[in-house]
Amino acid sequence: MRGATHAKWVACAAAAALTATACGSGGSDSGSGDGGTVLSSSWGDPQNPLEPANTNEVQGGKVLDMVFRSLKRYNPETGAAEDMLAEKIDTTDSQNFTITVKDGWTFSNGEKVTAKSFVDAWNYGASLKNNQKNAYFFEYIDGYTATHPAEGGKQTADTLSGLKVVNDKTFTVKLTQKFSTFPDTLGYPAFAPLPQSFFSDHAGWLEKPVGNGPYTIASYTKGSQMELKKWADYPGEDKAQNGGVTLKVYTDNNTAYTDLMAGNLDLVDDVPAAQLKNVKNDLGDRYLNTPAGIIQTLAFPFYDKKWNTTGSDKVRTGLSRAIDREQITDTIFQKTRTPATDWTSPVLGEEGGFKAGLCGDACDYDPAAAKKLIQEGGGLPGGQVKISYNADTGSHKQWVDAVCNSINNALDNDKACVGNPVGTFADFRNQITDRKMSGPFRAGWQMDYPLIQNFLQPLYYTNASSNDGKWSNKDFDTLVNQANAETDTAKAVETFQKAEEVLRDNMAAIPLWYQNGSAGYSERLSNVKLNPFSVPVYNEIKVS
Amino acid sequence: MGRYVIRRLLQMIPVFIGATLLIFLMVNVMGDPIAGLCGDRQCDPATAAQLKKEFGLDKPVWQQYLTYMGNVFTGDFGTAFNGQPVTELMSTAFPVTIRLTIVAIVFEIVIGITLGVVTGLRRGRPVDTGVLLLTLVVISVPTFVTGLLLQLLLGVEWGWIKPSVSSDAEFGELIVPGLVLASVSLAYVTRLTRTSIAENKRSDYVRTAIAKGLPRHRVVTRHLLRNSLIPVVTFIGTDIGALMGGAIVTERIFNIHGVGFQLYQGILRQNTQTVVGFVTVLVLVFLVANLLVDLLYAVLDPRIRYA
Repeated sequence: MRGATHAKWVACAAAAALTATACGSGGSDSGSGDGGTVLSSSWGDPQNPLEPANTNEVQGGKVLDMVFRSLKRYNPETGAAEDMLAEKIDTTDSQNFTITVKDGWTFSNGEKVTAKSFVDAWNYGASLKNNQKNAYFFEYIDGYTATHPAEGGKQTADTLSGLKVVNDKTFTVKLTQKFSTFPDTLGYPAFAPLPQSFFSDHAGWLEKPVGNGPYTIASYTKGSQMELKKWADYPGEDKAQNGGVTLKVYTDNNTAYTDLMAGNLDLVDDVPAAQLKNVKNDLGDRYLNTPAGIIQTLAFPFYDKKWNTTGSDKVRTGLSRAIDREQITDTIFQKTRTPATDWTSPVLGEEGGFKAGLCGDACDYDPAAAKKLIQEGGGLPGGQVKISYNADTGSHKQWVDAVCNSINNALDNDKACVGNPVGTFADFRNQITDRKMSGPFRAGWQMDYPLIQNFLQPLYYTNASSNDGKWSNKDFDTLVNQANAETDTAKAVETFQKAEEVLRDNMAAIPLWYQNGSAGYSERLSNVKLNPFSVPVYNEIKVS
Repeated sequence: MGRYVIRRLLQMIPVFIGATLLIFLMVNVMGDPIAGLCGDRQCDPATAAQLKKEFGLDKPVWQQYLTYMGNVFTGDFGTAFNGQPVTELMSTAFPVTIRLTIVAIVFEIVIGITLGVVTGLRRGRPVDTGVLLLTLVVISVPTFVTGLLLQLLLGVEWGWIKPSVSSDAEFGELIVPGLVLASVSLAYVTRLTRTSIAENKRSDYVRTAIAKGLPRHRVVTRHLLRNSLIPVVTFIGTDIGALMGGAIVTERIFNIHGVGFQLYQGILRQNTQTVVGFVTVLVLVFLVANLLVDLLYAVLDPRIRYA
């Protein structure tokens, strides 16, 4: 045995030195035998355990999107919430909902998907003792405070009193407040149903999650690779068009791109910034650059008196006008970002609440006006703005420096703006939660679901979960409440836009640009596209 | 000899405690790791508090350290944020990095010492000058440049190797990354050997050996090389630890899921348990390698005695 290993090593060494033969196992790329060919795709190590209510980043979300189907699903092209497992969701008052689950759906282990599968999963997600990071998605359901008391409180219930199973197919949801777009939020992965094995053998389930989506997990080696196979008996209409997907963890997206170029990888869903210049030459049509539900903004610390004086809105608007968004998105981002003209995202569409130009003059580059506004507003607090960002991931340094340059040029002052790098993301978040920011800081927002509500309420409503700048405005809050209570969607959207105008008049945060999703793929693939969450629509990819 | 080893082993204890304490403090200074777990939004305070309690982060640092050290001695290195025990991460990462280190060390020994002997014996000749120039180039070019260049040329342009290493990371795949990792040290080994050989070539015992009429290869291997290797062995010994811990750049370029990758992830996610655990093991590797080097001296030069 030992001898054999040595011999293999020597042979490999010789082979690697002489020819193209690689001695890795490499078996994962080869066809699976049953139903179509397998494609390989780049992946990042998920940060949290792979549970629906515990996954809040793209990498884990990618997998959930393949192995789970929920009551609703966001159309991969339009982003509209469409019924998936939901036969109907009825309400008369926008507060009490009756949800009927379609017949014929099962988990890949054969277990039926019933009303109980949802209720159990949601109760699990909301319960504080399960440490689920997305627990707040259930906060509108009645009884949430008992299962998930505020810090220091004692948990008094394990289940949400607002959820009731009526029969196998039906359950009811009672919310604490009117929330007309609630059904549209149900496509978020946190609302996915869970099979009994999740509760009976939790550790085993985490080793190899079982869901009800078009793919099943064949093997999962944490930190390196996950093999997903097409589930042949999948009852839905969006069956997988390929035999499966192998997700490979890459230490660096540059290496993934190199592997794509060398023909070892089929799909890269994050083209590294350094390669954006060459990507069109390298890939031609096989490069995707499509809008995603992500917006970058600059937030302000409103808890700091300097930024909360009368007239400081003029300073903020002035800063906004001093940023040459067009130039920065062209040169630094190679057009993978679009200058923002409102606080939402183009993926919502006009009906969904996106309104190009809502920001108006305030987002137009005009150095003279910028200078005047800042002077009128009393000048920059302390004579200088420091833009904070985390320097460990993404290429934030580049654009922050560019934004500062733009501001400095507009104000004819070399020291008007400087970047303030923070070492790690965790530390950056720390300083934000501890309210230690002394100037503007970068604030990225990736939508949870394609609703205008999701771009406004969590970010700017008084004391909302992601209101990092602690902005607070009564008019805004009132309009958001009105919009949520509206049963007519079009009217709700209109009211949300009115709230957005309040946002603009106060310049609560400077919108910078909308982010696109980017991807590149090999010649073997066709019908590749990115959904509004910038995740590839894996089940529609065809492999030749 | 035995007493010497015991004394050295005892000396390791304060070094070990000091090193782990330092790492522990450094990671803790960076702030609350839970804050980064919820992405670009604030964790809801109740969940954050619950998580802190679970990972023991709600206690004062000295207490965390004591608990941690207590657990380490029972072989429990804690849990990473993604729910995996750190020992599980180690059991997948260390074998890969050890293989990579072996490849690198073999390159250092075989190529480095051979070149060193050849140039040392022919000092001032064109071969010597050529190799000296070459090592100068290797030392001055950063590893990531060599790595990316080789990856691009061998992997993409010529297609001789796969640009990335698969998750199995077998020896065959690690040859090019190993060479990249070894390159700088390899140049140093060459230069060290060369100087040492050139110096000892003129020593009395070599002249005696030649005068006795011993064949040349015996003079070189038994007399000259054995005595010249002491500084080289010291260097290679300490390099083992440096290679294992310092492979971050190489591992990133070639997609090797070893110690460097885990450390990088751990630091990025501010995962105290992962970082401290891996560094603790690396400190141990350093200490043991140093001890072995010291013991090897006696084998190479019998004049060296340990009391």
